[in-house]
Formats: sequence, structure tokens, C-alpha cells
Amino acid sequence: MSNAIHLHYDVSGDDFTRAGEASGSVKKRLKSLGYNSDAIRRVAIAMYEAEINMVIHANGGYCDVDIYPDRVEILLSDSGPGIPDVDKAMQEGFSTAPDNVRNLGFGAGMGLPNIKKYTDHMKIDTTIGVGTNLYLTVNVNE
Amino acid sequence: MVVKDIIEILEGEVICEGNLNTEIKTACGSDMMSDVLAFVKDQSVLLTGLVNPQVVRTAEMMDMACIVFVRGKDPDESIVSLAKSRGITLLKTKYRMFTACGLLYSNGLSGGTKV
Repeated sequence: MSNAIHLHYDVSGDDFTRAGEASGSVKKRLKSLGYNSDAIRRVAIAMYEAEINMVIHANGGYCDVDIYPDRVEILLSDSGPGIPDVDKAMQEGFSTAPDNVRNLGFGAGMGLPNIKKYTDHMKIDTTIGVGTNLYLTVNVNE
Repeated sequence: MVVKDIIEILEGEVICEGNLNTEIKTACGSDMMSDVLAFVKDQSVLLTGLVNPQVVRTAEMMDMACIVFVRGKDPDESIVSLAKSRGITLLKTKYRMFTACGLLYSNGLSGGTKV
């Protein structure tokens, strides 16, 4: 579709304090485009959790965001260790995050469940030792 | 309730001033940011004992107008400047988490969820 707006962000894996910058920037862009605030929030939260995951587990990666009139599609791609058991990772409360991440306020095992909750479509392609691609779609038309 | 009322109730000290007249309808108290992100509420204030930039990012994603650091914790400059750029009010209160939440609750602020 020609009227999509494409955005690309690199997510640094070694600076936890900057995690969320891409999501914040997408949020701002959607706001300026006039999308409704509930939809914007769902995009922002889902992408933010995914961004945090990328930094915690995969040493960063990149995000591609396509903004259409009726939906936002996000690909978050990393070259991390992959997810051994996706079903388990989807359970609320299950986390493999190290203690230092918990001290930072994450690692409660709510990341992927939250992402699923706020998106209309979610797909995980993961290969052990190769990386993970997370595809998210949020419908923005009420 | 507006941000100004929260400052008064919690005897808060303003670290970074956004719009103090923003209406606050609900509150959330947690040190786990993913738990905060799990429940979207409208026009909320975040009370937390966690002091790092991700607290501000979480508030930003949730459209929260105000963050209260409990037990008199001081955020560093990177946190303050991030909040400033996002127009989020930062407060600190000497009260502990439980007491701070209780004070707001007893003054009419709710958790915003039924359970």
C-alpha cells in the first residue's frame, strides 16, 4: 500500500535507560497523525514491552513500523538466543529475566502476555541461537 | 482530584512541574513496571519506589500525568529531564508506599479496576 508511513529504529542492547525511545517516538508520530488515544496507547505499550524484551534478552535489534490508515504493523527483530518454549513464555508470571532486570522494574513475566493483550494480531518466529522476529498488528479504527 | 491535590495530600515536594491542574481519576502503586502496563486506566498517577528512567517511559506510554516517588527517593537528572521533556509532573513524598496509596484512596481516588 502506497500510503503507509514507514519508520525504522535501531534498538541498542547495552543501554537500558534508552529502551523505550523508539516506542515513544512512534507514539508521538501517531498522535500528530490524529489517531485515537486508546489505539495509540495500545501500540505504545505493546511496542515498549517488546523493546524492553529485546534489550533484556537479545542485546538489542531493530524495529520496522508501518502506519496504515486502519492499522499499525510492527516488526521487532533481534539476533538473540531465541525463545526455547514460546507457550511457556506466553504464561503470565513466567520469566527468565535475571535479578538485575527485576531490580529495574521488569522481569515480572508480563511482557509477552501484555503484548498479546494489547495487539489484534501477534506472531512469534523464533529460532534457537539465531534470533526472534515478533510481528504485531494493532487495528486503529474504532 | 487534580495533581495539585495530590501534592497537598501527600505533602509532596515538586521535583519537576507539568500541568498541576490535570485531572487524576485513578492511581496505580507498583515497583514492577510490567504490572503497571498490564492495566490501562484513564488519567492516572503512578506511585513507585523504583527510581530509574523506565518509570518515566512507562508513564509516558500510559499517558500518566504524574509520578510520585515514595519514601523520599530522589530521581537523578536523567530521569528529571526525561519527565520534563514529556510534560510529566514528578513528586516525592516522605510517606511509604502503603501509606501514600492509603492517603490518596481515603481521599477518594480509586484503583480504577474492579478487582
